[in-house]
Amino acid sequence: MTEAIDAEGLIKRFGKVTALDGLDLQVRTGEVHGFLGPNGAGKTTTIRVLLGLMRNDGGRVRLLGGDPWADATRLHRRLAYVPGDVTFWPNLTGGEVIDLLGRLRGGLDPRRRDDLIERFELDPRKKGRTYSKGNRQKVALIAALASDVELLLLDEPTSGLDPLMEEAFREVILQEKRRGDRTVLLSSHILAEVEALCDRLTIIRDGRSVETGTLSDLRHLTRTTIRAELTGPVNGLASIAGVHDLTSTDGRVAFDVDHEALEPALKTLVAAGVRSLVSQPPSLEELFLRHYTRDEASR
Amino acid sequence: MTGTGQLLRLILRRDRVILPIWVLLLGLLPQLYLSAFQGFFASDAERIQYAHVSAANAGFAGLYGPLSGDSLVELVVWRAGALPVMIGLAALLTVIRHTRAEEEAGRSDLIRATVVGRWAQLAAALLATLVAGLVIGLLVTGTMIGSGQPAAGSVAFGALFTLSAWVFAGVAAIAAQLTSSARGARMIAVLVLGVSYVLRMGGDISAIGDGRLDWLAWLSPLGWVQKIVPYAENAWWPAVLALLITVVTVAVAGALLTRRDLGSGLLASRLGPAHAGAGLSSSLGLAWRLHRGLLLGWTAGFAALGVVFGGVGTSVVQLAENSSSVSEAFSKIGGSGSVTDAYFATTAGTCALIAALYAVQAGLRMRDEEQNGHAELVLTASVSRFSWAASHLLFVLIGPALAMAAEGALAGATFGDVGPVLSAALVQLPAIWVLGAVTMLLIGMLPRFAALAWAAVGLSFLILIFGPLLEFPGWAMDVSPFTHVPQLPAAAFTVVPETVLTLIAIALAGVGLLALRRRDIPA
Ligand SMILES: Nc1ncnc2c1ncn2[C@@H]1O[C@H](COP(=O)(O)OP(=O)(O)O)[C@@H](O)[C@H]1O
Ligand SMILES: [Mg+2]
Repeated sequence: MTEAIDAEGLIKRFGKVTALDGLDLQVRTGEVHGFLGPNGAGKTTTIRVLLGLMRNDGGRVRLLGGDPWADATRLHRRLAYVPGDVTFWPNLTGGEVIDLLGRLRGGLDPRRRDDLIERFELDPRKKGRTYSKGNRQKVALIAALASDVELLLLDEPTSGLDPLMEEAFREVILQEKRRGDRTVLLSSHILAEVEALCDRLTIIRDGRSVETGTLSDLRHLTRTTIRAELTGPVNGLASIAGVHDLTSTDGRVAFDVDHEALEPALKTLVAAGVRSLVSQPPSLEELFLRHYTRDEASR
Repeated sequence: MTGTGQLLRLILRRDRVILPIWVLLLGLLPQLYLSAFQGFFASDAERIQYAHVSAANAGFAGLYGPLSGDSLVELVVWRAGALPVMIGLAALLTVIRHTRAEEEAGRSDLIRATVVGRWAQLAAALLATLVAGLVIGLLVTGTMIGSGQPAAGSVAFGALFTLSAWVFAGVAAIAAQLTSSARGARMIAVLVLGVSYVLRMGGDISAIGDGRLDWLAWLSPLGWVQKIVPYAENAWWPAVLALLITVVTVAVAGALLTRRDLGSGLLASRLGPAHAGAGLSSSLGLAWRLHRGLLLGWTAGFAALGVVFGGVGTSVVQLAENSSSVSEAFSKIGGSGSVTDAYFATTAGTCALIAALYAVQAGLRMRDEEQNGHAELVLTASVSRFSWAASHLLFVLIGPALAMAAEGALAGATFGDVGPVLSAALVQLPAIWVLGAVTMLLIGMLPRFAALAWAAVGLSFLILIFGPLLEFPGWAMDVSPFTHVPQLPAAAFTVVPETVLTLIAIALAGVGLLALRRRDIPA
């Protein structure tokens, strides 16, 4: 068994809206797989099909070797799910929710539970209605991570967390990765997050997979935005292949650079003398704008 | 309180459709009743006859309150006796909608972050509601005087309506400070309204009988405003009492407001256990946690209703001895048999309809759970759809059964004859289950229209209330499951309809469950 998730040509329609339009997704056992797509691309719908909550109108899907629709209850013992926009019962405390979800799945590790609660700085005695979005997400994450399951399905798990907690989340996932006995599907619309955590990733758009592979396979997609303040005049930047949209006004330069051209571009900057430098990874939206609008135009 | 004016304008803008609708509707209904009654009677003698029969009818006294005389306008006042409940409901919903609901939605943060004073939100919501209540009263007074009714009585009549709105606006203002959820605040305020109604009902029914329990009406704000008795007495002191209560409740709400943080309630800010108890480890355990508040609340409410109905039952016996026309009127509503039998058949039927509301409410919890994403959490934690739905369904079936049993047992015990009264309540269960099962069917097959289950209860209500009086055709009566229930204690128990109703309930719920297993969640 090498594939935890194997979906091919998934189709899902909601009335006239086609949410999934021939989506492919393969996740290997033991890997952390990024599932990337802008809002409305179909990430949540895919995960709901994988969970047997929704039935696909077309295509083929296997999860942990079973049929997610027919074997839902049996398969769910082996996985944990963190929904994207999670809310809890207003009169249950966070601690009660964690225990309940764990018990429903067949038990959870009490030591790991307490560890995670401390790690995420959660007060488990508060009632569901008083938690902020970030805290609700923490509760769902702790319930999932403390369960003894082989597959984690995380739908945009960090969208409500503050930067400090996002960091804690990354650490925990990296720890999971080192343990190596769990498969993680991590959906996100933030490229940087997926880059930091995932072995492989699948990028989807409008219900279709547009790219899949390891990060280095997909390096050609990433282009960094650089802004620098220089001490002297700079020469030759414009002539480097892979530097785009260069602007230069009295000692300040700004440009986008392809991954392969990063080194020559930085060398050129250093030669001119750098006073300050800011580099920014592209957002997913920029990436799509750059790569795929061009594809469509040429089609 | 700076900013109240701006907030008031905001409220009037947001409610520019709904507010005029309820103000106009409730304010003009008495005028409509007046025109309806004017064309209703061929002669004065007929009207007087009607008034005498109605005045002695316990069911009517419960629904509308006492009838003070036989003039046309007194009949109007009497018939409008159910409206203060609706006015109170509209008022309390409006206040909570613009206070606690706003706070819960987080919009108050924005508003209080500006220059708006601490009390401004509450003040604006109250002001809007109090003015709406005043307009209702003025409409009543104006239209009544315009129709040639005595001025003093018309002012008293208007005051009755206005004060109904004011008292419950005050109640809602307090409720909004207590809980942190709008749903909780609404539940508290509606509960106060419901208890007020039941107390008034009990007092008024008793008053036309032996009068032993007529003091019950004195415990109810709805009872006080009715003690104004427009046109006949025009008493001013109950109005002062209601006004005083309004002032006190508003002041208490204002004081409570200063004792709490924005977003929190006085009742719900406590911390809970850090670990789940042993009971919370299955979908059934979760369903118990989700339904127990509803179950205890309804059962307690029905128990109280039972005490009132049972206590009033003795008054009804006396009433029957005084008047023979009453027996006639009663047999029209409740079937044949003695007056007390008919009385307990009617109360059981009424309670059953209310219990059906509970069944629908409990059933729709399932749909709520689906819509707010809770179902997803449970269903992906290795709980099958069947056991998830069945856990909720259990409370849909058992909850109303317990409530009805509490009502029947306590009514019987208070009256002094448990067996027949309890069985009259319990034979209603299959009909209630049918409506609970309709809810399950809708959730399975037409989830987006699940709220239609309320309409099913509404339809049964219309058939029960108007069917016999307006002589609906048989097939129309048969639509309501309650038509098929044997009218115990007078009538004999009939096995076939009860079994058929139970089987229909099982079939409907079964189809709903099967449909739920085949569809998307959430849908
Ligand atoms: N229950 C539903 N009914 C109708 N349309 C839906 C439903 N769920 C999702 N969609 C639509 O399907 C598309 C994909 O949505 P979703 O899977 O939530 O995207 P993502 O999670 O990537 O943001 C969107 O266009 C969304 O509007
Ligand atoms: Mg999503």
